[in-house]
Amino acid sequence: MSDLIIQLSQWLLTLTQGAEPWDSYARYLPRLMDGVWITLQLVLLSGVIGFLMAVPLALMRISKNPWLWVFPYCYIFFFRGTPLLVQIFLVYYGLSQFESLRNLGWIWTDVLSQPYWCAIIAFSLNTSAYIAELFRGAIQAVPKGETEAAQALGMSQRQQYQHVILPRAFGIILPAYGNEVILMLKGSALASTITLLDLMGATRGAISRTYLSLEFFLLAGFIYLILTAVLIGFFRLLENLFNAHQRAQDMKINNLDPQIKDKHLEDSVR
Amino acid sequence: MDLHGFGHLLLAGTWITLKLAFTSLFFGLILGLLGAAAKLSPIRILRWIATTYTTLIRGIPELLLVLIIYFGTTEILLRMFDKYIEISAFAAGVTALSIAFGAYATEVFRSALQEIPKGQRESAMAIGMTRWQTFSRILLPQLWRVALPGLGNLFLVLLKDTALVSVIGLDDLMRQAYVAAGFTKLPFTFYLMAALIYLLLTIISMQVIRLLEKRANRPWQGARS
Repeated sequence: MSDLIIQLSQWLLTLTQGAEPWDSYARYLPRLMDGVWITLQLVLLSGVIGFLMAVPLALMRISKNPWLWVFPYCYIFFFRGTPLLVQIFLVYYGLSQFESLRNLGWIWTDVLSQPYWCAIIAFSLNTSAYIAELFRGAIQAVPKGETEAAQALGMSQRQQYQHVILPRAFGIILPAYGNEVILMLKGSALASTITLLDLMGATRGAISRTYLSLEFFLLAGFIYLILTAVLIGFFRLLENLFNAHQRAQDMKINNLDPQIKDKHLEDSVR
Repeated sequence: MDLHGFGHLLLAGTWITLKLAFTSLFFGLILGLLGAAAKLSPIRILRWIATTYTTLIRGIPELLLVLIIYFGTTEILLRMFDKYIEISAFAAGVTALSIAFGAYATEVFRSALQEIPKGQRESAMAIGMTRWQTFSRILLPQLWRVALPGLGNLFLVLLKDTALVSVIGLDDLMRQAYVAAGFTKLPFTFYLMAALIYLLLTIISMQVIRLLEKRANRPWQGARS
């Protein structure tokens, strides 16, 4: 794959014949593509880890036992109420303050002091808070008749969650989850502030060598747009797969976009 | 928590963060209203511009937008006037954040406008109001009530996005925490402090939004409901 990109880059270089900014575009294409790959890794890994963390958080959050819901409540409130940049810095720079963490051996040298893993940790924590909140709303939105039907069939609480409520909730949050992943894609640009060479970092690197700031920023913007479009298309496909019964219905954007309509805030505000 | 004498710096940074947020809110609201008006206008080119605006801005990272505005503007000025004019980080930050806020606010205002019953617009037309009169006297006063929850959310997002402007060197809360962390070698303490201040600002904003919503919904509270 990377050989192919390098060949493509060299072929493009013969085409551009030194005309700027195309020449620099061709020259830095391999690095930008490496950046795209890192960006995608960040988004996918933190999207999956965040999702896995979100399910128990959401289940604890809807419990009526105060010992269970207090932790996820504070967790969600903290990670949604503070900037992602602060969270990344807390993980990457902040953890080094603790002597005991620095003495942990490979956990410190290979994970906690690496910008890549720090970014993944910060993004996963952040996105899990948002997804947990989506999940909570979705679990509560599962029609009551379905849980009653499950009860009538003699399902245990666990079976109800496993076979009825969670699969249903997953279908309900899918569109909003897609939006959350897109927000994560945009947030992943912050990884460049902790020296990671994601798409944004590679772009800034190229600019510091070529001084073509506007050109490379616009190119990066274009690539981010393509990535967004690809993600949107991917989630459309998933939606069609999981929510086949309502394929024809048009979803209203206001009910989906977490930045515009936010169940968590509405609930906690009132 | 011992702040080693950096407490007042954090406060100064908080003040700049707030100034940045409210200035961007002001311009962002104007952009949002213009965007919504353009999206609902009968003129196709205006609709096209507004759609392009919201699609583009919603698809690129806010950090990239801040950097494009900050470095891009100086470069455009350099090419146009052939001399180096540096724009302040604050101005660049306000521009970038307003543009980002405006793109989302456009959607909020558009759906709010569509929620106002069509009959009201028709009645206004029937008694001979011009389009502008209909907008300013009938639609705009009601718009706030419908749009408030959405705008409140956007403001909370905006408040958090102000931290991005620290990347281009504005001395906001985030940047001051960075400076203090560098001096004292206590990064966790200072970033946590910054996080708590952001959290406090979020809580206060949420309460204010709640009050505003209550006020806006006064006609719907009372015996009937």
